[in-house]
Amino acid sequence: MTKRVLLAAALILATALPAYADKRSDAKAQVSFGILVAQKHLWKEAARAWERATELDPTYAAAWNNLGIGYEQLGRFNDARKAYDKAQELDPNNTLIRNNNDQFREIYDRQNRRSGGR
Amino acid sequence: MIARTVAAAAASLALAVGSAGCLSFYEIGVETPIQAKLDVSPFQRVLVAGFVTGGSRNIDPNTETARLLRSQLRTKSDLKVVDTDVMQLADEIDKRRGAAQTPSPTDEPRIKNEQDLQAYEEIFKDADYWKKIGAEFQMPLIITGTVLFTEVEKSGVVNKPTSFVDSQGITRYQESRTYSELKGYALAPKFIFIDGRTGQVLYSEGFHEERLYPKDQNTPALSTYFELMDSLLPSFLNTLSTQRIRGTRILLK
Repeated sequence: MTKRVLLAAALILATALPAYADKRSDAKAQVSFGILVAQKHLWKEAARAWERATELDPTYAAAWNNLGIGYEQLGRFNDARKAYDKAQELDPNNTLIRNNNDQFREIYDRQNRRSGGR
Repeated sequence: MIARTVAAAAASLALAVGSAGCLSFYEIGVETPIQAKLDVSPFQRVLVAGFVTGGSRNIDPNTETARLLRSQLRTKSDLKVVDTDVMQLADEIDKRRGAAQTPSPTDEPRIKNEQDLQAYEEIFKDADYWKKIGAEFQMPLIITGTVLFTEVEKSGVVNKPTSFVDSQGITRYQESRTYSELKGYALAPKFIFIDGRTGQVLYSEGFHEERLYPKDQNTPALSTYFELMDSLLPSFLNTLSTQRIRGTRILLK
């Protein structure tokens, strides 16, 4: 009985891990490409790459964080807020993600306060 | 055999999780765009007409504000700034009321506080008046409003850094709470944006800023005024044009 359970677990791991690793490595390639183009300030292309990364691996906190930055630079503040929140939800102890989100929130709140205007 | 396979799989999983935890990062300079509050595309020109001002007589907030906003708009907006004399709106209202414009013998300002200012705000609702001004200057976007620049005196307990030499002879600093008398200025402008074609108010926004200094420090009113205006200029400019806020973000891999 124990052997069967162990065998089943091994089979699940053996099939799931490579698939997960493949997706994560594809997502990582997209994230790397996004960083490369973001450094040239091509934010549209960068955001597109990070969107692909999050589609490939929705649990990839770094990809969501970068996507938040990309959307922020494109002025898509509501999308940026969702992306940053998702990154923080996936990796709540990551101070780099939290700092990015906090800095964005300052601008986001200011913009929304001003929308109250007249 | 099976146990070994499971152990290997678990190890690779741990490695995967471990490597995921070991993130590399890149700091990148960003310029976050803040969208303009107003759509100014129907206008080619902007007229900073003048302001109803009050408070301290140490400076002329009407002239200074108009001059400062015009120079900022010249460099930071695409609109052509109309160069004309600054309008004396308070005089215009007094003239309408039939009030004599004799200078006060005590040198007291006409408008001392918010309450006095409110009595003059009716002019901003006079669409016909602004439409006439608009026609005179080729239908610009008109910027007007109120500016209250007042002297402030406050006293209370404030945190002050004080130095002391410790037992090893090293100078150290610590925050200490001391009673202090402060004076300075408060600036409360309200910018009103009027459509020169219709005379209607498009948007208005008010601010309040204060700067206080130790009572014995002599700070000129004009330098405090510019310091206060500096802090709210980005918000003012953002009404007319998209502003970019510079900062840094961390990209993660």
